[in-house]
Amino acid sequence: MIDLIVSGLIVVGVVFTFFGTVGLLRFPDIYTRMHAVTKSSTLGIMCILLGCMTYFMAEHGVVSVKLLLGIVFLFLTAPVGAHMISRAAYRTGVPLWEHSVQDDLADDGKRGPRLTE
Amino acid sequence: MKTNDLILQTVTKVVLFIILVFAVFILNAGHHSPGGGFVGGLLTTSAFVLLSLAFGMETVQKAVPVNFRHVMALGLSIAFLCGIGATVLQYPFLTHAFGYVHLPLLGETELTTALIFDIGVYLTVTGATMTAILTIGEDR
Repeated sequence: MIDLIVSGLIVVGVVFTFFGTVGLLRFPDIYTRMHAVTKSSTLGIMCILLGCMTYFMAEHGVVSVKLLLGIVFLFLTAPVGAHMISRAAYRTGVPLWEHSVQDDLADDGKRGPRLTE
Repeated sequence: MKTNDLILQTVTKVVLFIILVFAVFILNAGHHSPGGGFVGGLLTTSAFVLLSLAFGMETVQKAVPVNFRHVMALGLSIAFLCGIGATVLQYPFLTHAFGYVHLPLLGETELTTALIFDIGVYLTVTGATMTAILTIGEDR
C-alpha cells in the first residue's frame, strides 16, 4: 500500500516535471514558458519530495524535516523567482507572442523599449 | 522609474529566517551528518545576499552592523585559540576532546571542542565571502 502511494507521488512528480520541460520547448514566448515551467515543475518537485518523505517515514521511521522544509521553501520561492524573471523580461522589452490579445501593463509606461526579434 | 518590490521583499522576510535557522542547523549537525562550518557560513552569506538583493546593501549594513573583516579575523582567532587550548593542557596542537554533558534544557548532549573550531570556520567563511561580495557590490 505504501509502495503504491510513494511510487504514485514520484511518478506524478516526474510526469509534471516532464510536462513543464515540454512546455518550455513548445510555447512561443517567455511569459507562456514561465507559466508552464514554474507551475508544473514546482508541483512536480513538491510531489517527488513528498514521495521521498513518505518513503523514509514508512520504511525507516524517520520524519525528515529537511524534506518538509524543502517543500515549503520551494513553494514560497519558485513563483517569486518566476515573477521576477517575467517582470525583468517585460521591462526590458521582450516581445509578447504576436497572437497575444491583451497587454494590461502597456499604458503604464513600464514597458521598456521593444526589442527587435 | 520607481520600482515596487513588494512581493520580493515580503517573501524575503519569511525566507531569510528559514535560511538562517537552516545555517545554524547545518553548523551544529556537522559532527554526525553532512554539513559543518563551511556550508553553514555559505548559507548565512546567501541569506545576507538575498537581503541585499531585496532591500539594498545599506539595509544589510544596518541590520548586521559589523565589519565583516573583523568577523573573518575573529573566526581565525577562535580556530587558532581552539588549537592552542590543547597545547596548554600538554596535548599536541589541535587535539580535540568530546564529552557527554547534562544540560538543563537539552538533556544529555554531546559537546565537542571541534564545534568551537567549526564556529571559527563558520565565522571566517561568512566574513570572507561577505567581504568579497560587499566590496564588489559597492564599486559601481
